[in-house]
Amino acid sequence: MITAGRIVRLAEFDRAEVHFYLDGQMWSALAGDTVLTAMLASGNALRKSEFGAEPRAGFCLMGACQDCWVWQDEGPRLRACSTLLSEGMRLRTMPSESWL
Amino acid sequence: MSETPPPRIVIVGAGPAGIRAAVMLVGAGLHPVVIDEGQRAGGQIYRRPPAGFARTPDQLYGSEAAKASALHALFDQLAEEGRLTHCAGSSVIAVQEDRLHVLGEGGVQVIFHDRLILATGASDRVAPVPGWQSAGVYSLGAAQIALKAQGVALGQRIVLIGSGPLLTLVGAQLVKAGADVAAVLDTSSWRQQMRGLWRLAARPLVALRGLALRVRLGGRYHTGVTLERIETDGNGVSAMRWRDAGGRQHLTPCDTIGMGWHLRAETHLADLAGCTFIYDERWWQWLPKTDQMGRAGNGTYLAGDGVRLLGADGAEIAGRLAAAACLADLGFPAPSTAADLRELARIERFACGLASTFPWPAAMVRALPGDAVVCRCENVTAGDVRESVDFGGGEANRVKSLSRVGMGRCQGRYCQLAAVELIAAQTGCTPAAVGRLRGQAPVRPAPVGAFLRDG
Ligand SMILES: Cc1cc2nc3c(=O)[nH]c(=O)nc-3n(C[C@H](O)[C@H](O)[C@H](O)COP(=O)(O)OP(=O)(O)OC[C@H]3O[C@@H](n4cnc5c(N)ncnc54)[C@H](O)[C@@H]3O)c2cc1C
Ligand code: FES
Repeated sequence: MITAGRIVRLAEFDRAEVHFYLDGQMWSALAGDTVLTAMLASGNALRKSEFGAEPRAGFCLMGACQDCWVWQDEGPRLRACSTLLSEGMRLRTMPSESWL
Repeated sequence: MSETPPPRIVIVGAGPAGIRAAVMLVGAGLHPVVIDEGQRAGGQIYRRPPAGFARTPDQLYGSEAAKASALHALFDQLAEEGRLTHCAGSSVIAVQEDRLHVLGEGGVQVIFHDRLILATGASDRVAPVPGWQSAGVYSLGAAQIALKAQGVALGQRIVLIGSGPLLTLVGAQLVKAGADVAAVLDTSSWRQQMRGLWRLAARPLVALRGLALRVRLGGRYHTGVTLERIETDGNGVSAMRWRDAGGRQHLTPCDTIGMGWHLRAETHLADLAGCTFIYDERWWQWLPKTDQMGRAGNGTYLAGDGVRLLGADGAEIAGRLAAAACLADLGFPAPSTAADLRELARIERFACGLASTFPWPAAMVRALPGDAVVCRCENVTAGDVRESVDFGGGEANRVKSLSRVGMGRCQGRYCQLAAVELIAAQTGCTPAAVGRLRGQAPVRPAPVGAFLRDG
């Protein structure tokens, strides 16, 4: 199943829906999705690189490269590949204005 | 009369090595603590999806399903019966003498131990290809984890590049699951592969299984390729530019790349625990030194892919051996290890065959253009590394402090081998002579708040 983002779902369709916000817009994903899966099923990248122009979308998916840290509207940053999505999470691909 | 308390044994890693070590210790009446970052025990190859997923072990693990199920069931049972303590979702971020600093949901906790068994596994050994910092470039392991643990493909059209058993395996698994795999590009030449073949005969069934996977990939699989660059647009990957063994140019459109050249042992904790390292030319990497049982000295034992890249079956044996050594050193009766040692020697012959069949692409790394990114964390380029060698000399840690290669948040996991290769080329010496980037705590970034909460 092709998604709105870069990820293609191939199996495990039969799961409950979970809702979350990405840069203020509401999306749905599936229970058991990691934050990385949910964000990349909704968009193309997780964040901008601080050191170059290119967007980043994770690299190792096993907690080793640290490429996938994302912001929330409030609260600590999350490692997207090893954090499960939970209902109502408010995620951001960029730090909120108030942080700048 | 005071009883001496039982020895506190901590195992880091709940993959095949860590699970087998734990089972043996429980069998001797001890109660080990097993710490792993994952929520469910299994490690890399036998990684389990979150609760609520429906695919069967056969669908998830193929020919290895029986082994996976056996290990999962054994571990879950021991944890349920309270015969071991499983600290799930917890990362060991530092080792200080008899203390481990463990980052979990509640912050950082200190766990004491008398003996430490490190079974930390491996990660993909990657080499930079120009453009690899872009969104949509992943490790081969990542492509497999996405499929196994999430049931997804990381993109609509995937090209896999690199060399090693995981390259064809992940390719075949993706194709079977219905992903669009445009090409599987192996940098190892036929001639190189034939040279390693006789050693692979040490495990004929495993070797045949590997060949069968390749057949399944059909015309997608190309050997002896030269990787030129990953083409990108504003969104990330748009195509792979490569040349085939005959020198013909190809541009394969895709939105996703999976890359890897076999594996790199995860040795950060062994480093912090004070292990000695030697440069192993067979694996093109620095590995901690142990005896054949896994003893590294100072009450530390190493097992599995974190010390020698022998694969999952070898990891199970190494886990048992490390636990047996630990028991013997504590004065407990330890089981006979002769059969395990013999089997491990056979597996090692096979693993050395794999290492020479699918080598690290040293020449490709040495020829990287100056603007190619070597460190993905901070976009340090091959040119930056070469310049700091010219300026400050060719010792790895000096180049690190001058160019920042290896200083980013992955702590050099994904750049240090390439950096060392570039330094060796620039100074005309061997990678072994360049030295080793020293590991530093914390081995995973820990939010400052985690320490504060702990007081
Ligand atoms: C991504 C990937 C995919 C692989 N897929 C296959 C495959 O399909 N088939 C195959 O034959 N081989 C595969 N391999 C090789 C295979 O994983 C190993 O041979 C086997 O799993 C080794 O077992 P192990 O117990 O040594 O380590 P692992 O199974 O890797 O287990 C190590 C465990 O240690 C934990 N750990 C590491 N560091 C820390 C820390 N600081 N704190 C807490 N926990 C920590 C990890 O979370 C992990 O669960 C793969 C390797 C990788 C890296
Ligand atoms: S993708 Fe590497 S740590 Fe998350």
